[in-house]
Amino acid sequence: MTAASSNGTFEEEIPLLTRKDFVSDQDVRWCPGCGDYSILAQMQKALPALLIPREEIVFISGIGCSSRFPYYVDTYGFHTIHGRAPAIATGLKTARPELTVFVITGDGDGLSIGGNHLMHILRRNVDVTVVLFNNRIYGLTKGQYSPTSPIGKVTKSAPMGTTENPIDPINLALAAGATFVARSLDRDTKHLEATLLTAARHKGAAFVEVFQNCNIYNDGAFAAFAEKDVRQDRMVYLEHGKPLRFGKHNEHGIRLNGFLPEVVENASGGDNLLVHDTGLDSIALPTILSGMDYPEFPVPLGIFRQVERETYDGLVAAQVARARDAAEPDLEALIVGTETWDVR
Amino acid sequence: MTTETETELQGVVKTRDRVTIRFAGDSGDGMQLTGTQFTRTTAVYGNDLATLPDYPAEIRAPTGSLPGVSGFQLSFSSNDIHTPGDNPDALVAMNPAALKTNLGDLVPGGLLIVDEGEFNSTNLRKAGYELSPLEDGSLTPYRLMRLDITKSNATALEGLDLGARERFRSRNFYALGLVLWLFNRPLDTVVRWTEERFQRNPLVLEANLRALRAGNAFGETSELVHERYEVPPATVAPGTYRHINGNEATALGFVAASQLAGLPLFYASYPITPASDVLHELARHKNFGIKTMQAEDEISAVCAAIGASYAGHMALTGTSGPGLALKSEGLNLAVMAELPLVVLDVQRAGPSTGMPTKTEQADLLQAMYGRNGDSPVVLIAPATPGDCFGMAIEAFRIALKYMVPVVMLSDGYLANGSEPWRIPDIAAIPPIEYHYAEAGVDEHAYQRDPVTQARPWAVPGLAGFEHRVGGLEKSYETGDINYDPGNHHQMTLMRAERVARVIVDVPDVEVTGPDRGDLLLLGWGGVYGAIASARERALAEGKAVASAHLRHLNPFPANLGEVLSRYDKVLIPELNNGQLSVLIRARYLVDAIPFNKIAGQPFKISEISGKIDEVLGLSGPYEFEF
Repeated sequence: MTAASSNGTFEEEIPLLTRKDFVSDQDVRWCPGCGDYSILAQMQKALPALLIPREEIVFISGIGCSSRFPYYVDTYGFHTIHGRAPAIATGLKTARPELTVFVITGDGDGLSIGGNHLMHILRRNVDVTVVLFNNRIYGLTKGQYSPTSPIGKVTKSAPMGTTENPIDPINLALAAGATFVARSLDRDTKHLEATLLTAARHKGAAFVEVFQNCNIYNDGAFAAFAEKDVRQDRMVYLEHGKPLRFGKHNEHGIRLNGFLPEVVENASGGDNLLVHDTGLDSIALPTILSGMDYPEFPVPLGIFRQVERETYDGLVAAQVARARDAAEPDLEALIVGTETWDVR
Repeated sequence: MTTETETELQGVVKTRDRVTIRFAGDSGDGMQLTGTQFTRTTAVYGNDLATLPDYPAEIRAPTGSLPGVSGFQLSFSSNDIHTPGDNPDALVAMNPAALKTNLGDLVPGGLLIVDEGEFNSTNLRKAGYELSPLEDGSLTPYRLMRLDITKSNATALEGLDLGARERFRSRNFYALGLVLWLFNRPLDTVVRWTEERFQRNPLVLEANLRALRAGNAFGETSELVHERYEVPPATVAPGTYRHINGNEATALGFVAASQLAGLPLFYASYPITPASDVLHELARHKNFGIKTMQAEDEISAVCAAIGASYAGHMALTGTSGPGLALKSEGLNLAVMAELPLVVLDVQRAGPSTGMPTKTEQADLLQAMYGRNGDSPVVLIAPATPGDCFGMAIEAFRIALKYMVPVVMLSDGYLANGSEPWRIPDIAAIPPIEYHYAEAGVDEHAYQRDPVTQARPWAVPGLAGFEHRVGGLEKSYETGDINYDPGNHHQMTLMRAERVARVIVDVPDVEVTGPDRGDLLLLGWGGVYGAIASARERALAEGKAVASAHLRHLNPFPANLGEVLSRYDKVLIPELNNGQLSVLIRARYLVDAIPFNKIAGQPFKISEISGKIDEVLGLSGPYEFEF
């Protein structure tokens, strides 16, 4: 069976790939029970649907448990240095816009040491997909608090509890101007696979935060709202064009009271529930949603924002093309310059 | 040699074989522009020349203040010269602060042109003068030419719809016009440039041209000027020449390298003095397929370049010392991932922020050793502004052939200094070769070339070469992550060996002067000119002094040890506290004598000459006079 290649033509047909084609020959070395396994599996399931040959896909990562990811995917992969994956991906994608590029990072890699680069890859709208594994802890260095650990969290480096306020990755991505912002959950495999696929298909900088359980150093960090038996009551799935409803029977809802959201229990049709819209220019609505946290609110999952903008790599390529149209490259003329004299 | 001819119209014209002139004024007075324009005219006229711009880091230090003084020195000659001259024969001082900070360098009897219109009580106070030096007799050792440039210029611009401020701003063109007359130079080169530069601003164009011509006419009609100077064109190698500074030559060299390889160039950089002009220049040449990126920081710049290298493009990042420090981890990733990368370091005075606009050569050891682990990279350094062109090509030739990072050590003196440059024949430069992985030739991404030890460039898009690479240690055979003790040992030696093997492409170091004897001067980078001049002077005085210049610093040329062994003494003049000396002593066990100047300024010829005399036992210990 065959499918169209990535450029949409049927001239060069490629074999349809399966999940197995994206499994590398390297042994996976995450701790048994780690949430990373699920993210890897859902990515390997999502990749064939992109209909892109393996050699045209590149995974770039930084340092940390999550950043081992590229070794396990049978595409091109570059396990780089701490925090710098977005910068390396920017250079790669700008040089070769035809490649499909993923950035794999974590809460320490992407928000602490690499916070600056994450902000700028989103701001520039480089056409890559950034997947941030948020386990709210440093795993590879064995259990220090991360920039997403809640204040008061007791860790090896904070035996009396952290004294730092956490940063919200969704809020940061929105503020940086990311054109696609979503959140998913390691244990909700269907939602995760679908979210990764939608993000990968987005033209522009796509940012996906994945709540990922570290069963060694921060087990149950999301359990209070993400465990299967409470999830429907304590998380809300965002769907474009639909009112925000949650609960076992979708009985509750969210509406706005001025600038602030509020929960409407056992909401009826007349309750003026907030209807989700991912396509707004303004980041006001998704920013309000990103502020909803357990236990006051259900925690949102899904796509916060999805808008189209020109990409950085596309604009750079267009400038090169325009410059070439305006003036044929003439090396000799360039080197000679405008003013010369002859010596005989 | 001085000859005199008298003509009725022009007064006395004295012929000199070399003149050094310095323009000095407030940093808002346009002295860099004035100097550059005089330089271009002089270059087109056919003199050999060398320039030394010297400006403050502040864009506009307080007007009239001593720290706000900006200078531009130019030496031009009818002979082949190597430096911008030790002490100026002529000084143009646009205000009291410029006079105060520069007068000490003017040779006794030198020509001193001052804008007396600026010698008012406010400016005198700012410069720390209690009495006007124009009135207290302190300038009698010089041939003083005082004129009210500010007022004469304003008069020349009468009738133009310009405010007092705009009028004042064109007085550098008045001074330029006068100096061009003094040195018997035509105005046309400056006129052409001005017309092009201000074509969208006819009023400013008119003001500048009027100022230029008024200054020129003043020279011709004023009784003040009794003599003019003529420096005949130099006899240099035949060819077509242009005027170029080091940063321009560097940027053009990188454009040429990209064309010679047939691969697109990707340049990522964070603005930093004195390297930013390379970014500006390359950003103008996108029609050559060049992509430039102004990164969010130095780390991002090196990392974006590494991303482009991984993608199969010619990857370049440029910076100065503090930026090189920030790039060290990135550079190490390129070492570990075995990716070609060129890092341009336009050195400036350090440590830390140091003196951003002042030159120094103090990043040699940082570039050589400033990374964690045993992490060798190739180091090269251009010798002159024009040489930056060829060395930029050389950097990529090595990086692509050996799949290694190459650091090119330029410096502020080379970057901003300029000289006439014989335009090379592009067609005669061999193409740059690279080796993308090929099905049927390479089995995998870590199949090493037995000669160079380089792996193939397995770039995304090549089916069958999908592989994972990174900063973790890899197996010598497969490239997979590997922690075996023996493998790490082997890989560390391999990384050193790969750089060492570059030696087959490093030309032997050439000696100028006696091929054995008392003393060898050994230099690198921008000290080339001062060393060459000091050697010429010494030889003319009958002293057996030879010189050799290193353009490859890692690996060193194969014959260097043998060359060093032929001389009783080796003297290494450097603009740092002895960094090449450390490398030479460690590598060759030669008791090299360091001669170090760390003043933010290039060597004067007389300083090296003084040290030569000390080393040869002809004088006592040499001491700098700062």
